[in-house]
Amino acid sequence: MTNQVPNAPKVKRESKNKIRVEFDRTPLLERLRSKYLSLYFLKRVVWYLFRFLLLLGVCYVILFPFYSKIASSFMSPEDFVDVTVRLVPKYPTLDIYKAIIMENGYLSALLNTFVLAGSCALIQTFVCCLVGYGFAKFKFKFNNLLFLLVVFTMIVPHSTLQLSMFMEFRYFDILGILNLLGGGVVDWLRLLENPSLNLLNTYWPLWIMSATALAFKNGLYIFLMRQFFKGVPDELEESAYVDGAGVFRTFIQIILPLSIPMMITVFMFAFSWQWTDNFYTDLFYTTSGPTLMPDIVAVPTSLNITSAAANMYNSAITNTCGILILLPLLLIYVFAQKYIIQGIERSGITG
Amino acid sequence: MALLKKTKSSQELGVIKKRKRGASLQAKKSRAGWLFIAPFLFGFLLIYLPIIFDSIKYSFHEIDIIAGGGFELVWVGLGNFQRALDDAKFVETLMNGLGGLILEIPAILLFSLFIALLLNQKMAGRAAFRAIFFIPVLLTTGLIADIDAGNILGDYMGSTGGDIETGGGSSGVAEIISATDLQNLFNNMVVGSELAANVTKLVNNIFDIVNRSGVQMLIFLAGLQGISPAIYESCEIEGASSWETFWKITLPIISPMILVNAIYTVIDSFTSGSNSVMAYVNALYKTGGDGNVISSAMAWMYFLLVMLVVAAVAGIVSLFVFYQRKD
Repeated sequence: MTNQVPNAPKVKRESKNKIRVEFDRTPLLERLRSKYLSLYFLKRVVWYLFRFLLLLGVCYVILFPFYSKIASSFMSPEDFVDVTVRLVPKYPTLDIYKAIIMENGYLSALLNTFVLAGSCALIQTFVCCLVGYGFAKFKFKFNNLLFLLVVFTMIVPHSTLQLSMFMEFRYFDILGILNLLGGGVVDWLRLLENPSLNLLNTYWPLWIMSATALAFKNGLYIFLMRQFFKGVPDELEESAYVDGAGVFRTFIQIILPLSIPMMITVFMFAFSWQWTDNFYTDLFYTTSGPTLMPDIVAVPTSLNITSAAANMYNSAITNTCGILILLPLLLIYVFAQKYIIQGIERSGITG
Repeated sequence: MALLKKTKSSQELGVIKKRKRGASLQAKKSRAGWLFIAPFLFGFLLIYLPIIFDSIKYSFHEIDIIAGGGFELVWVGLGNFQRALDDAKFVETLMNGLGGLILEIPAILLFSLFIALLLNQKMAGRAAFRAIFFIPVLLTTGLIADIDAGNILGDYMGSTGGDIETGGGSSGVAEIISATDLQNLFNNMVVGSELAANVTKLVNNIFDIVNRSGVQMLIFLAGLQGISPAIYESCEIEGASSWETFWKITLPIISPMILVNAIYTVIDSFTSGSNSVMAYVNALYKTGGDGNVISSAMAWMYFLLVMLVVAAVAGIVSLFVFYQRKD
């Protein structure tokens, strides 16, 4: 006890593996004051509040239209005449939902669109994965030049091509083979009935475009995939090659499992953009084609009203169609959003 | 001596042989590379090129639909382009569309960068905020955007006064600031009234901007995630404020992403269906008759313009891009 240093901590209790000591601490009040009354702390609080309010504000901007649509979808025509009704319906009904589901063929549209969007998104994800891997990991002649072609398909506005795209799939033919067999070139050779195929009103145009990575925004997917694979270290594949795996086996057994978060991201993009697409569906599917989502956007005949609020009511009905279209997507998004953000973060795009 | 020479040459031969074998492995790999990109290549050559070629061809022709099926092309030279340029409304829409972009592109870039910076920081509820911010990218496209464009409800719901018959506007959110307020604010400053009007327009279209900056936000966020925390740490130790760190570290490292996003924004806003020029061309396409061919010609002129703008933007932005030397 005699050799104790003057300011040494006082031992309060000591056990086998625990020790409790008492320091001479600055008084609590002073500590709190220096912690919370400093300019540094004030700055941080102001920044936190500012950031939180800003994000909240933008969230409001994003979510409010959804809320107003949902609220109006439960309203009855009387609510639109009543000026006091704004955001909460006074006479809530499910009439709009019922009419759209029963009269506009919502269920068949749901099924058809699910099949179309699901198959297209699967094909696109896989093909873009292949192409992105090819561009990222292999050195061959014209690699960069060919990638410019991918960018080119991204830049050309698809409206520029709609007429010729329509013609291409209305009179579908590859390299004039069908034309030759169908007697278009020489008269005696007439093996086929028609010199070309009419692929409109089938799923084939979109399947073909998906399989060749030419569908909506596929350039972006290839770009994302390529950036992702560039971040995968070469040593992984090299060790697989050393172990005797071929290029394709390496791709399927090593690379594909690695890239699942990125593939989910691309799949979500492809699926939801195909789901809400109306450019290609308008172009390739006329009235005789399968019922798809754009076809259900209409005012059901049983809901026709001619009061002062008809404008608003019709608008509410169209919005309800929108909600019904988005509902399945929203459900998927709730489950998949974690992977989407993960996938994007892992892509580590570096220009 | 001769023997030595001989062994040397045989050694050289071996080296050459070895190198040859290496090249063949390379060739094997490059062949595999061609196989991987084959789907795209086939599609591009067999489907996309004919489509492009046809589209260019149609823009120089008139289409006569034959009653029994099939169609006939009549060469009209530059007639379609001439007629497109004579269409005063088309030229006007084109010019307005271009003018609008000059303010919108920086606005979208700034907004998405700012939000990405915010969402990159650690805070409570970050996951929820991120999930909400990415809703518009996935859900408010195509069909839904079309529905929104004709939506008069949003304004009505957000407003406080009631006028049922009128409405209009696509923002879905009531006016946030009015031009007159801002005018009063800026009255004594040396800021042109035109700028004030444009800024109010941008703020009131915030929903539109949020909607269109989704992909850019994702790309920026990915870029920010790629910056190593060690750099920030050393900056903090050296005593740099976060303001300085942003200008000296974050911005230079993220500048390639700014280039990518600038190009993407230009392309996206030029080619989206909500673009006024696009909408005009689409409407013309749907009217049928020989209007179709003119719409093709218009779209090609528009595309050339897009290319010019993309080249200009890429040229300007790439002056400021900083590339990290990896090795």
